[in-house]
Amino acid sequence: MTQVASPLDVRADFPLLGRGFAYLDSAATSQKPEEVIAAIDSYYRRSNANIHRGVYALAQEATDLFEGARERVAAFVGGETACTIFTRNATEAINLVAYAWGGEHLREGDEVLITHMEHHSNIVPWQLLCRRQGAKLRYLHVSGDGRLSLDELDEALSGGRVKMVAVAHVSNVLGTINPVAEIAARARAAGAASLIDGSQAVPQLPVNVSEIGADFYVWTGHKALGPTGIGVLNGRRELLESMPPFLGGGDMIATVGFDSSTWNELPWKFEAGTSPIAEGVGLGAAVDYLAAIGMEAVRAHERELTGYTLERLAEIEGLRTFGPSDLDHRGGVVSFEVEGIHPHDLAEICDREGVCIRAGHHCAQPLMREMGIPATARASFHVYNSRADVDRLVHALQTAREVFEL
Amino acid sequence: MDDFYRDYILDHYKNPRNFGTLEPHDLEHHDVNPLCGDELGVHLVVDEEGTITDLRFHGQGCAISQASASIASEELIGMKADQAAALGAAWVIDLLGIDISPTRRKCALLSLKVMRGATTGDASWPE
Repeated sequence: MTQVASPLDVRADFPLLGRGFAYLDSAATSQKPEEVIAAIDSYYRRSNANIHRGVYALAQEATDLFEGARERVAAFVGGETACTIFTRNATEAINLVAYAWGGEHLREGDEVLITHMEHHSNIVPWQLLCRRQGAKLRYLHVSGDGRLSLDELDEALSGGRVKMVAVAHVSNVLGTINPVAEIAARARAAGAASLIDGSQAVPQLPVNVSEIGADFYVWTGHKALGPTGIGVLNGRRELLESMPPFLGGGDMIATVGFDSSTWNELPWKFEAGTSPIAEGVGLGAAVDYLAAIGMEAVRAHERELTGYTLERLAEIEGLRTFGPSDLDHRGGVVSFEVEGIHPHDLAEICDREGVCIRAGHHCAQPLMREMGIPATARASFHVYNSRADVDRLVHALQTAREVFEL
Repeated sequence: MDDFYRDYILDHYKNPRNFGTLEPHDLEHHDVNPLCGDELGVHLVVDEEGTITDLRFHGQGCAISQASASIASEELIGMKADQAAALGAAWVIDLLGIDISPTRRKCALLSLKVMRGATTGDASWPE
């Protein structure tokens, strides 16, 4: 084995990894650096109060921490602060758009266009919306190399019925990096809105939502080294202003009468109820951590590790990987199968060696059906992974072949 | 030998008994484990006395779910359908003869779940 150090060496920043795991399931959720854990701890120990309403200084301090985090989160992805809405997760952000935008803009006979590589979170809200509005849900296909076709996109848009195009920035199964700026531009030219699911992209790529130019860009905190319970919707101001609220309650109103109310300004119009304050503060710390490393460096690290993984996995007899072979179009996710061993059994044997991988359909059943396989095993990376983790994976997979007498 | 993937588990996984379909059949059920996407179906032939005279499982899944179906099939043929309907989780776990962790419990129980679906119409997870 060539002993080339991965570009980043930050494993020691992640307390959980002191337990010794080769944690290769960051596409499901990432581990958290000390800075994030400390920010949440400090918020509860020193600064906890409800935000936006309190007159006392402590409430202002909590508000400043939360709104300060929003400013840094917005800047991290090149978004406008007032158009950066905190949700519970990416799923809630997509549901917000499907309800608040979709209820106003989608009519009977209209179409929503998604792709076969979407996570269930970017499928089911559109299925529900289409059923409510009498609209049709259409899918773009995925090539054998795990790519989308812009020609097929143009063909679907040319019918003039598509009102929304919703696409993953990076596939959680194939790792495919989709040309989302191009997709958003073509959607706009055809009179359709666009939503990009950046859940797998923001953690590992430099993302600038203004440059991508989609109407909505959603992502989640917990895959980007932040805590669970906080997601982000970056939206285009005109659309967010014209949309009705999603959830009603406190904090999202300007005035409440007996029969009707008026809405608060952006972003709070879409943030009913007490916000996930500690989670917002934690996400602020997470983007600070990532920004300090630099997203170009994060991307280079993941690219190097993905290339190394594809190279090493090729050594294992009967192993097949899925997704683009060109690393320029691929993020830090490698799905694979080993002939004669079900992915669950692979994951079980990996677990015995402290190697955490995922097995199953990865919340992408339509994609699995399209690929003609019931399940895959998946290894995915983040800044704390190194070649040593991949070597442990390869060793565990070889052990699995021995256990299964292959 | 591996304590979990024992010889007989791997043998039943690689060479499942009573696998395939039965046409015609009297009872059937098909189900999935939504957590992992494993799927399993069963076809049963039941005679006038209510005895299961033939049975075939079909589908795909991990070593535990497939071995569980294969091992259970050998016990179920010849059993009364109402007796099979009343079997609990412990029956199939004992048959497997290995320690089943909570994460693999549904793999082990999927075959019994589809049997219950076929014999009672109630395909809830066996207790």
